[in-house]
Amino acid sequence: MRAHFKRMKPYLLVTAFVIGIILSYAFRFQPGEIIAGHFAQSVIEMLTFIPFLFVIVGLFDVWVPKEKIERHIGPQSGMKGILLVTLLAMLQAGPLYGAFPVAYILYKKGAGIRNVFIFLGAFSFMKIPLLGIEIAYLGIQFSVAKTLIALPLFIGIGYFMEWYLKDRNFTINKLD
Amino acid sequence: MITTNALIYIMVCIVLCAASFSFNRGKTVAGLKKGWRMFRNIFIPFINVLILVSIALYLIPPTFISKYLGAGSGALGFITAAVVGSITLIPGFISYPIAASLLQQGASYTVVATFMTTLMMVGVVTLPLETQFFGRHVAVLRNVLNFIAAVIIGLGVGMIL
Repeated sequence: MRAHFKRMKPYLLVTAFVIGIILSYAFRFQPGEIIAGHFAQSVIEMLTFIPFLFVIVGLFDVWVPKEKIERHIGPQSGMKGILLVTLLAMLQAGPLYGAFPVAYILYKKGAGIRNVFIFLGAFSFMKIPLLGIEIAYLGIQFSVAKTLIALPLFIGIGYFMEWYLKDRNFTINKLD
Repeated sequence: MITTNALIYIMVCIVLCAASFSFNRGKTVAGLKKGWRMFRNIFIPFINVLILVSIALYLIPPTFISKYLGAGSGALGFITAAVVGSITLIPGFISYPIAASLLQQGASYTVVATFMTTLMMVGVVTLPLETQFFGRHVAVLRNVLNFIAAVIIGLGVGMIL
């Protein structure tokens, strides 16, 4: 029963909303009709680009050789490593806390401290699915301005972390 | 805005699909399936947010938003955005419709950009989880540095746009 409820929970709001809208139209409840108008407009707006964006993301996922990239981001990888680790971060999806296990794997596979933190930074604001949605909602100027300011800052944070953690026995732990 | 973007996405999508399909059918199908799975995963959460945004748009008058989050709101709007963005845990893709409607209702670019950057880069709620990976010291340090970066980015974007 409880498991069933948990599975249905995401649909609760949608169901209540649809019933509310139907009742609003049935009884000519004006606020309900206005809200329904807003909603319909934003759903159409979303459906005009999100499915296509995810097709693009899916294709990137199968064509870009992530494993190959992972082998070239070691401590001595320099500029090329920074470039590659940024690219790797762009190809990810999901929330930032989902990046910590990936950071662990990269570190274990030999990525340098600097590149691990650049990865986390780029992950937080340069993921392709995120950029795609951002450009559609806030405009390309917003994304370009944000990226141009953010990327140097996060590369700086990577260098700082590398310098700061050099002699401090830094490791990334795996969750049990 | 949205329609021009939609056209670009559709065109890029068609070109990539055609190129990918001519190189390798199996890979293309796998990619499409992957994309479809990701779309399905975000669909219901996305719809839920659009519902909440449309209700909020009706209930909250634009004058309220422009007063407290607009260009005239000064440091208060900015600090509110930075604090709320750092503490709350809203998935990125869901926060964009919210950000776009805040802008439409008169919030300033500085406030919206700061909200988005702190939201993406700082995770106070997930700090215990982060601590398990990096240790307390490094996790806190990373969040503090990211907070500073997020504030700089928010101010910078607000100045440019």
